[in-house]
Amino acid sequence: MDKKIIYMDNAATTPVRPEVLEAMLPYFTEKFGNPSSIYSISAETKKAVTDARETIAGTIHTTAENIYFTAGGSESDNWALKATAEAYGEKGRHIITTKIEHHAILHTCEYLEQKGFEVTYLDVDENGLVRPEELEAAIRPDTILISVMFANNEIGTIEPVAEIGRIAHEHGVLFHTDAVQAYTQVPIDVEAMNIDMMSASAHKIHGPKGIGFLYIRKGVKIRSFVHGGAQERRRRAGTENVTGIIGFAKAAEIATKNMEEITGKERRVRDHLIERIEKEIPYAKLNGDREQRLPNNVNFCFRFIEGESMLIMLDGKGICASSGSACTSGSLDPSHVLLAIGLPHEIAHGSLRLSLSDETTMEEADFVVDNLKQVIERLRGMSPLYEDFVKKNS
Amino acid sequence: MYTEKVMDHFQNPRNMGEIENASGVGTVGNPKCGDIMRMYLDIDENQVIRDCKFKTFGCGAAVATSSMATELVKGKTVEEALKVTNKAVMEALDGLPPVKVHCSLLAEEAIHSALWDYAEKNGIKIEGLEKPKTDIHEEEEEEDY
Repeated sequence: MDKKIIYMDNAATTPVRPEVLEAMLPYFTEKFGNPSSIYSISAETKKAVTDARETIAGTIHTTAENIYFTAGGSESDNWALKATAEAYGEKGRHIITTKIEHHAILHTCEYLEQKGFEVTYLDVDENGLVRPEELEAAIRPDTILISVMFANNEIGTIEPVAEIGRIAHEHGVLFHTDAVQAYTQVPIDVEAMNIDMMSASAHKIHGPKGIGFLYIRKGVKIRSFVHGGAQERRRRAGTENVTGIIGFAKAAEIATKNMEEITGKERRVRDHLIERIEKEIPYAKLNGDREQRLPNNVNFCFRFIEGESMLIMLDGKGICASSGSACTSGSLDPSHVLLAIGLPHEIAHGSLRLSLSDETTMEEADFVVDNLKQVIERLRGMSPLYEDFVKKNS
Repeated sequence: MYTEKVMDHFQNPRNMGEIENASGVGTVGNPKCGDIMRMYLDIDENQVIRDCKFKTFGCGAAVATSSMATELVKGKTVEEALKVTNKAVMEALDGLPPVKVHCSLLAEEAIHSALWDYAEKNGIKIEGLEKPKTDIHEEEEEEDY
């Protein structure tokens, strides 16, 4: 069973780069000191954490004091929303977000609604883009926070973040963005883009799992998320995940320094995949915006078939991908993102996401399309929906 | 997540296809929920199911349960086929994950629906067969989290 694995699910998680692992290893053993202790071995760990924080701050054009390490994207999202609600709840109780956010945002918003907050979930257009004028119209005197993702995890659409930031600040409203998918795939400048808070995660950028950060602009009065020691400027207590932080910084450094080269490679393979699928597979529809699109995202719906069966068949060929079908989410409804861009349920069930990295090759892309064609043909041959469609049109 | 038998029936489905001028055809499910099954039955004058074929739009379990259901009813009389329950389909597949149990219900319902069609076409009444539901999800409740 020595089958070659073709991994096209980098939006789910990525393997740790060898250089990243190498940077982390000493901090498990000889450099194990607690950064808060007084002796010299700890001074070394402390400095390493300080340097890592500076490295990460530099990747989004801010300073180290604004970077707060967390356990990952979901924690960062939870923190940003809940702490803003708590700190600014007296000023107002209205939050604006979108219908295509990650569940870490949507379910936190539902929780806040139970606590008496009001949430506006903005619609998006058929490509998944938020309309800035609609966002502006939704702002009320009691709006305290706008949270719009930088780029969507399923369909790869990059939102007009700079424009949203400008609108938010013109109205004196805080702006948070979930940049888990966009971080290091797209240049981010939190100053120029008027971002007050931003979530990111290491394991999406070839860093380790279990570490992320929340950028909080200086002056935003957010309280402690975890009470205890003085770590993370007292806002998130607990001994630092030192190895995670070191690995995250290394991964962020590599990804940022080589962004042009990495995303250039991804874009070429992405465009090749899109072109071949559109040309060679009938009744396929590209989801997400063609231009404002993450360099590593390909997302299609194939009519008359269901996503889970497609994934199992692809897995049989050694191809790892994902789908927004109900069966992959454990519920009866397909992806909320695909429904929000206006797809009917039965079409949303047949979605496929291929997410790339700089290591994805053209040969792999060709192998995937060749096999995908067979899989789709096979499943359509089994589908009563396809049978009806053919009979109706013959 | 799936047993070997489920994987086998998904990857090598038995009796996949159509039967022209079938004695009975039943389609159940809902494309909204992501699964539709269609069963074709060829029944002889002694009410024995000579042949059975299916087409399914759905997940791995939906395909596997359809495939197994056709195997279970083939060669049986109409009355015997009526006794093929979703449980029997599940057991024959060595079990299904809890979230996929509805696929086996759909398979049972698809057989009933095809039998109903056969009975209607021939103006006969099959003892114990009730008018099948087309959508088995109607009674499912959403889980809380």
